[in-house]
Amino acid sequence: MDRLVAKYVGKMVEQRIADDGMPVLGCRDSDIVWSRKDPKITEILEDVFEHLNINSLLHCRPSEPYGSMIEYLAAHSDGAILPQDTETRTFLHDLPLAASFTVEEVVHNLKRRKIVILPGGEIVSFGTVSPQQAFIGFSSVCFACFVKFMSDRLQDSRTAKMDDLARRIMNDALKKTEISHAHEKTSNEGPYITQDEVHREMARVGKLTVMSGMVDSYFGNISYLMDDTLYISQTGSSLDELEGTIDPYRLDGSSCAGITASSELTAHLRILETTGKRAILHGHPKFSVIMSLDCSEEDCDGAGRCHLECPKTRTVGDVPIVAGEVGTGRYGLCNTVPEAMVNTGGVIVYGHGLFTVGSTDLDEPLNNLLDIERMCFEEFVKLTGY
Amino acid sequence: MVRHGWTGRILEVYLGDRTSRVIEPPAWLYEKFIGGKGLAGHYLSQHLDMEWDDPDMPILIFTGPLVGTRAPTSGRATVMSRSPLTGTVGDTSVGGGLGTKIKRARYDGIILRGSSNKWIGVEIADDKVAFVDASPLLDLTNGDAMDLLADKGSVALIGPAALRGVRFSSLMVDRHFAAARNGIGLSFAKKRIKYLSCDGGARVSVHDAGELDRAREDIFRLVSASPILLGESGIRNMGTPALYDLMHTRRMMPTDNFRTTFFPDAPDLNANAVKKRYSPRKKGCTGCHILCKKGSRDGVVLPEFETLSHFTALLRNSDLHTAVRANELCNEYGIDTISAAVTLACFSEIEGEHLTPDRIMELLGQIVRREDIGDQLADGSALWAASRGKPSSSMSVKGLELPAYDPRGAYGMALAYATSTRGGCHLRAYPIGHEILRKPVATNRFSFAGKARIIKIAEDTNAVIDSLTACKFVFFASSLEEYAHALTAVTGVETTATDLSKTGERIYYHERIMNARWGFSSKDDDLPPRFFEEAGSSGPDFDVPPLNRDDFLGARGRYYKIRGLDADGAPTRDKTRELDLEWTD
Ligand code: SF4
Ligand SMILES: [Zn+2]
Repeated sequence: MDRLVAKYVGKMVEQRIADDGMPVLGCRDSDIVWSRKDPKITEILEDVFEHLNINSLLHCRPSEPYGSMIEYLAAHSDGAILPQDTETRTFLHDLPLAASFTVEEVVHNLKRRKIVILPGGEIVSFGTVSPQQAFIGFSSVCFACFVKFMSDRLQDSRTAKMDDLARRIMNDALKKTEISHAHEKTSNEGPYITQDEVHREMARVGKLTVMSGMVDSYFGNISYLMDDTLYISQTGSSLDELEGTIDPYRLDGSSCAGITASSELTAHLRILETTGKRAILHGHPKFSVIMSLDCSEEDCDGAGRCHLECPKTRTVGDVPIVAGEVGTGRYGLCNTVPEAMVNTGGVIVYGHGLFTVGSTDLDEPLNNLLDIERMCFEEFVKLTGY
Repeated sequence: MVRHGWTGRILEVYLGDRTSRVIEPPAWLYEKFIGGKGLAGHYLSQHLDMEWDDPDMPILIFTGPLVGTRAPTSGRATVMSRSPLTGTVGDTSVGGGLGTKIKRARYDGIILRGSSNKWIGVEIADDKVAFVDASPLLDLTNGDAMDLLADKGSVALIGPAALRGVRFSSLMVDRHFAAARNGIGLSFAKKRIKYLSCDGGARVSVHDAGELDRAREDIFRLVSASPILLGESGIRNMGTPALYDLMHTRRMMPTDNFRTTFFPDAPDLNANAVKKRYSPRKKGCTGCHILCKKGSRDGVVLPEFETLSHFTALLRNSDLHTAVRANELCNEYGIDTISAAVTLACFSEIEGEHLTPDRIMELLGQIVRREDIGDQLADGSALWAASRGKPSSSMSVKGLELPAYDPRGAYGMALAYATSTRGGCHLRAYPIGHEILRKPVATNRFSFAGKARIIKIAEDTNAVIDSLTACKFVFFASSLEEYAHALTAVTGVETTATDLSKTGERIYYHERIMNARWGFSSKDDDLPPRFFEEAGSSGPDFDVPPLNRDDFLGARGRYYKIRGLDADGAPTRDKTRELDLEWTD
């Protein structure tokens, strides 16, 4: 347990969503193991543990710009922040606000939701089987609030109404944003010919994707088709820790060992089928998501259902934006992305993220991802007049 | 008075004088125990001084507040009594249409009391209860009997095996759905009830239909995002045998009576093999869109994962069709497939006889008729192995045979088998979710670290699910958070995930109290010695060592502490009171 606690605190710092020394993460079997003891915080959290049937609790104010964005959103929301991205919609539903950091307030909110936001932009989240859940909850709030804050600014700039504080926070965030340029291709240009090579390359590109900040938490997925097997990252796997979490999916369906494969397996299969490509990468780069949410259509018949079906043909630059939800349901993105992927290197899913493809190696989809994200970033800058 | 969700009415049936009456429990009782397993447990706990076969020991068939509404996967019911097989609390969650029909007849549950002097069918249709002579059905197999009862709404019946006294008899519902594991079929036979049917046309009142739709949307969205439920290899497409390949690659497939954990022929016996050979059709419980059940074109029910695994690997049988036939025989005669297969494997080990396909079918036939050696095997592996002086060859916990997840490959499962209130059962805590399927997130399957609390929390959660009553499979994707929302929408009673979880804790602790009164203690919260002494089969890059006894006991000790039990696993006065349960010295 100590190891898990240290691991997720480390990840928060590494992914720059928390400052070193800030997170207080506790994991409880019969006793509680804390990442650090701060009586002002741990005393309250110990009490919270008594009231909830959980095994981990995390308290932290996110690093900048997330902390200020959350505070700003909280000040402009009533009871809860309501982000529009898919991740929040699906897994968190909404982000409740507590009036104070007291046992009662925290318990009251965590009885219903997986996270709560405290005054001052701090977040408390929990897990029932692993501190990893608390980490994911925290990181998802950072992502959702960044996207919501920036989307609101796009709205502002249309109506020329941005206040000074918002502009300052936005400018600080933009100043800090770095989107790396295309990575040098490795000597290994593909197509890969052994399973080991596929595993190694997936792990390498997965790590690069996370390091370039192209995912939230670590979510995303990656796949590579070799012969009659699609190698795909497992559901809930960390793109930066893919060793041992890649499932082989046999195209003839002869094995179900891929039952733990990413929830986007169907989408990957259909994309490959439609495009004849070999490699797919899916991440949640922030500016792609933000730009996908920005729609200037007035009086659209589809308004309010944009994440499910969109009657318009939308793009950022020449990159298509489509609707669709996670997985295989009626509105599943597996029904929209593949068709849109014909003749392009990437497709953005409304409020969700970006799928990119490659013909021979995994560097190509990574570079497509970076290029598209940079383009979206530049578009954002242009629109907000930073 | 409850107004929405629950009907506020329970039907009490007196088999001795063939009468019935409706009782209306107070609202607080519903809030205290929810329904389903929780409420059934409340009525069971009034009979702690009785053996399972005492005529006054009731059988309880209970549904929950979500049943009959649009809440996803909530068509299920709990059937409970004291288990004839284990002597523990004996509850079983069953699908099909039974729960929904009971609700539509405006009951939250049915209590069967006393016993009949002749074989009868209890036919419930809305307010009417009829006691029908069942003697013409006695010699029929389940399918044939179902044909004759086709117009009676939902039908639950016992087969010829229960009539002959097989201890692990099941109750079959609507042809495809088994209420199995505890020998509940034998409880029906003891009361001379051949079948119970229920039909009803009332609508279940919902407090806020709009809110329920929103909760439903949230749940559907999560289900759609779940590869295990709706993915290419998920259980909707492939049925629960979808797990077969995973258990194989993880070296967790109990083979040769759990002597190894790897069956080389498994790749030819998996879900895909079933699909190719039988072209399955999707079937499911009323009110479910996942439809995990599979039937062949000619109507034969195809085996679930546990059955498929045990009738192949556990018996070292490489003939798929034998597994399908064995499953069919168990369903037609009404016995639990897991107990049947484990009992055969135990026989095979003790007798040193490898069972050929013909021999498997022959022995099963002898069990369901209690003929020849089958007469002894019909008491289950634990009694039989003990009678042969080799109790440790029975791969069971508290007398309930273990399902198809080897605990050496998932330590949470090891602890969960041991602590389960109904004995060797995977469904009380289902740690396979996180240890193998990575949901909600992955945990280290070869470690006991943190598992005590994880198992305790999961037992509480699953107690809630069985009380609502919903299906555990949907919880691979969803959580109590969404179901609390649905429950509030249905009943109008404010609740949260945490409140429900606390109620689940009460329901589960209540079962510990009952078991303790029936003489169960820490000596029963244990696994067969084999798991501590022998290694499982190694994988390509990992070993499957025996469980470390000290680590196991350490985790069990932490579990007791977290659950509020004493060092011997017995309930304590403080915890009992904290949970608002009754303490008797
Ligand atoms: S998932 Fe399967 S068992 Fe569960 S309710 Fe649906 S059909 Fe029944
Ligand atoms: Zn995604």
